[in-house]
Amino acid sequence: MLSEDDIHKVAELARLNLSEQQISELRPQLSKLIDYVAVLEEVDTDEVEPMVHAIEQTNVFRDDIRSPPLPREGALANAPKTDGKYFLVPQIIEH
Amino acid sequence: MDYKIVIGLEVHVQLLTQTKLFTACTTEFNPDAPNTQTQPLCIALPGTLPVLNRHAYELAVKAALGLNCSIAKFTKWDRKQYFYPDLPKGYQISQYDMPMSFDGWLEVDDADGHKKKIRILRAHLEEDAGKNIHDESGRGEDSKVDLNRAGTPLLEIVSEPDLSSAAEARQYLDELRLIMQYLEVSDCNMQEGSLRCDANVNLHIVQEDGQIAPTPLVEVKNLNSFRNVEAAIDFEVERQLEEFQLTGRKWGDPGVMKETRGFDANRGTTFAQRGKEDAADYRYFPDPDLAPVTMTDEEIDAIRKTMCELPADRRERMRTVYELSDYDREVIMNHSPQLSDYFEETAKISGDGKQAANWVTQDVLRELNDRDLAIDEFPVRPVVLGAMVKKIVDGDLTVKSGREVFAALLETGLSGNSLSPATVDQIIEEKGLAVVKDTGAIEATIKEVLSRDQNAKSVEDLKGGKQQAAGPIIGQVMKEVKGADAKMVREMILKIVQDS
Repeated sequence: MLSEDDIHKVAELARLNLSEQQISELRPQLSKLIDYVAVLEEVDTDEVEPMVHAIEQTNVFRDDIRSPPLPREGALANAPKTDGKYFLVPQIIEH
Repeated sequence: MDYKIVIGLEVHVQLLTQTKLFTACTTEFNPDAPNTQTQPLCIALPGTLPVLNRHAYELAVKAALGLNCSIAKFTKWDRKQYFYPDLPKGYQISQYDMPMSFDGWLEVDDADGHKKKIRILRAHLEEDAGKNIHDESGRGEDSKVDLNRAGTPLLEIVSEPDLSSAAEARQYLDELRLIMQYLEVSDCNMQEGSLRCDANVNLHIVQEDGQIAPTPLVEVKNLNSFRNVEAAIDFEVERQLEEFQLTGRKWGDPGVMKETRGFDANRGTTFAQRGKEDAADYRYFPDPDLAPVTMTDEEIDAIRKTMCELPADRRERMRTVYELSDYDREVIMNHSPQLSDYFEETAKISGDGKQAANWVTQDVLRELNDRDLAIDEFPVRPVVLGAMVKKIVDGDLTVKSGREVFAALLETGLSGNSLSPATVDQIIEEKGLAVVKDTGAIEATIKEVLSRDQNAKSVEDLKGGKQQAAGPIIGQVMKEVKGADAKMVREMILKIVQDS
């Protein structure tokens, strides 16, 4: 079973603000998911080359040729907040 | 206290591509028009998919070969996940466990002047983030985000901690920059952020019992000039020494974590940045949207063939072929590959590397600085300067007259007239600057000048052995016969006076 700290950490990494009740609900659920996937550990993979990618294809390139950018109003169209030039976000505290 | 400084550098270099790493959006530097250089992928609109820029990959391979790295036959792309407003997708596409190149090295001179190899752990490709602009009024206003830069191709070059002083770090960076510039992989313009550096610094302190105590590791972030890299390292050495004496805290002690610090260029000090509560957990995993890249030996060789001579080889050639002093060579090579080309052409045409170097490092560089010109815009091209310098080398023009010819050439060129070697002859002719080799004519002039009443005293002095009395007479003779060689005139005067 995952610990409460594990759930806190995963929530923090995903920037999820969970209530204590949600944490106690999610803890067994997430543990169950992990147990489910853990079945894979039973397979003997000693002789198997690690798979680094799900697709067989390699070397998909495009040429270094420009196409027009979005107009600024298009780029900012879905911004929660903007001054017409920039995306605006709550102040980021640097130090 | 006896200690060793241990430094590793992480350098980000922006590659000279037309478009971003994974989309056809322009990469031009344009901070004055924020958010005008984005495409749906740059701002992470749903449904967009990345496609790799072939040229970016080739430039990265070229750069890696220049850094003596091995090129991976197989490489893949990974997502590095963190939340920050300049990273619209919530992850950066980078390379984690299979970088496109690894195991390289650069050479620096150590404190004793010996060559020292600095190992390069890896160089990998990744996309840049956007730029955050913070409100500095203290009123807590919103931060602004400009995504023009988001997705620009970067090569991250990670050294092993083999550097032992600020001076070595500086040399490493100088050499790295030269390689990138000579290979035309990056312009390394630090003002525009095309080269950025983070420095990992700590000390290995030798304790009384002979045991080595490493101080806690510090990463100084976002150093935007080579001078700042040196200053930050020097400051960290002092700070870490003091802190160790105070606390005795060592790297590896429980609770000691790597510290991230910023650099205050005005004060020359580093400052603690808010420590992350948890050690970074980027949860890298292979990007399912991008296909891996493979390279055959033939493909790597094909890229190798497009490489020009590396700075280290060119430096050696400059030394042996043109017999340049270390100083002249560094001035020319560190300025730019373009100036090196300019010098070499001038040297070839004039047939004298040392003379050509004098003109290039003194006169040409002075004019470039005074007039704020790039070498490619300089109107006196090597074919013309070389022709002029050749006249000096051949003894047909004095260095002093050469300065006059150079000034006239520059003026003519700057006013839009085309210049050729013939222009050099024309100017010499017009100004009467050709060295007069007709000793008969010079002798006649000297005799005439010596007979002038005003010079009677000087002639007396000369006869009495006061050689400095020749000065005013040389001046008068030179005025009459422009282009005479002052040294020769002096010798002739002394002889004539003696013989008389």
